[in-house]
Amino acid sequence: MSEPISFFSGFQANDLLFLGEAAGRTLLISTLSITIGTVFGIFFGWALQASRWLAQTTIGTILDMFRSVPLIIQLILFYNFFPIIGWNTSPFAAGAVVLSIYTAALVANVARGGIEAVGIPMRRAARSLGMSYWQDLRYVVWPIGLRAVFPSWVGVALSVIKDSALVSVLGYMELLRASQILITRTQEPFIILACAGAFYFALSYPLSKYSQKLEESWTS
Amino acid sequence: MDYNFHWRPVFRQLPDLFEAGLLTLEVAILSMILGIVLGLVLALLRINGPRPLRWIANIWVELARNTPALFQLFFFGFGLGAFGLHLTPYLIVLLGLSFNNAGYLAENFRGGFLAVPDTQFRAARSLGMTASQTYIRIIIPQVLRIVYHPMTNQMVWAVLMSSLGMLVGFRELSGETQFFASKTYRIFEYFAVTAVIYYVVVKIILIGSKLAARRLFKY
Repeated sequence: MSEPISFFSGFQANDLLFLGEAAGRTLLISTLSITIGTVFGIFFGWALQASRWLAQTTIGTILDMFRSVPLIIQLILFYNFFPIIGWNTSPFAAGAVVLSIYTAALVANVARGGIEAVGIPMRRAARSLGMSYWQDLRYVVWPIGLRAVFPSWVGVALSVIKDSALVSVLGYMELLRASQILITRTQEPFIILACAGAFYFALSYPLSKYSQKLEESWTS
Repeated sequence: MDYNFHWRPVFRQLPDLFEAGLLTLEVAILSMILGIVLGLVLALLRINGPRPLRWIANIWVELARNTPALFQLFFFGFGLGAFGLHLTPYLIVLLGLSFNNAGYLAENFRGGFLAVPDTQFRAARSLGMTASQTYIRIIIPQVLRIVYHPMTNQMVWAVLMSSLGMLVGFRELSGETQFFASKTYRIFEYFAVTAVIYYVVVKIILIGSKLAARRLFKY
């Protein structure tokens, strides 16, 4: 009489569009978090380096916590904490805040390494040429330090892009969550996961190779 | 702020959480052991393995390093399911973490092997050691020292990554926490306590590794 009813439908062309949109959201939340996190991370890194004792015990300890607790726990914790202090957030906002702090914690270490890579004699030389402290930071430490740690910053950025997949626990529709939903509907896990994996790979592989090249050409 | 914290139900479940924490440690340690063995093989294959094996090793390492760990777990979960291979949550997490660890460690090991000068190998051989003796007695101890710190970091990562088990239905520390949290709706309290447990575990690993290094690398 009628066709058998099926709960599952095959993988279609507009599912690719769905995955594409989700990939866009992955890019959106990771670029936002990387940008904000990097700005704060550089500031924290400078603070950690400039005032050893005070910053180390305050900022240092807090950032260390963000590096020692799984990101997924941090996400759930803050997502449930924000309403307690009266801030009802969307999964996107909560995810972006946590990812930004997490990025800042990682970047702070990198930034501190960059500042330390500039030798003290170099900085004294800059000061004795009459540069102010800020001029020294801007025209001596920044260019030399950036060169030393740029590859590790790329590494941090790439790991944040990959870790942004975890925001899916809050219900934010990024790439991996979208693929999970598609898998449930189409029952074709292999091809969908392959698409998602290919996206991350296509983003991450060239960048990591590029930073490796930079590192090699700068050290030799 | 009109929220009342209720810590008592969490403290009542603490023994269960600690037990789940042991499961987390177990998976992390096993995945590290598998990861180290596989990572060594991958590193040696990438340095001077026969062509097809070298390609496989390269693909493994690049896939492990350039895709999210969660993706890798999903792959071992749903992806293998496409071929009718249904693994238990424990195996999904163990294999996924081992795959990831092996990829990252292989790259560290490769750097370690390349840092030991060729002349060491030739000197040992000319003293009459066989190739395997040279590797076991001369090369690997030196490599181990170079990769010790990255290996400690990877162990910390393994503990942190095992929390993804929550998303594939594995009841390790995070999965167990989520289970209790959704039963009692004390989500914040439960996850706060779990966060503290993770922090303590990570600190213990780091301190332990520092103490061990002092004994291991005395000279």
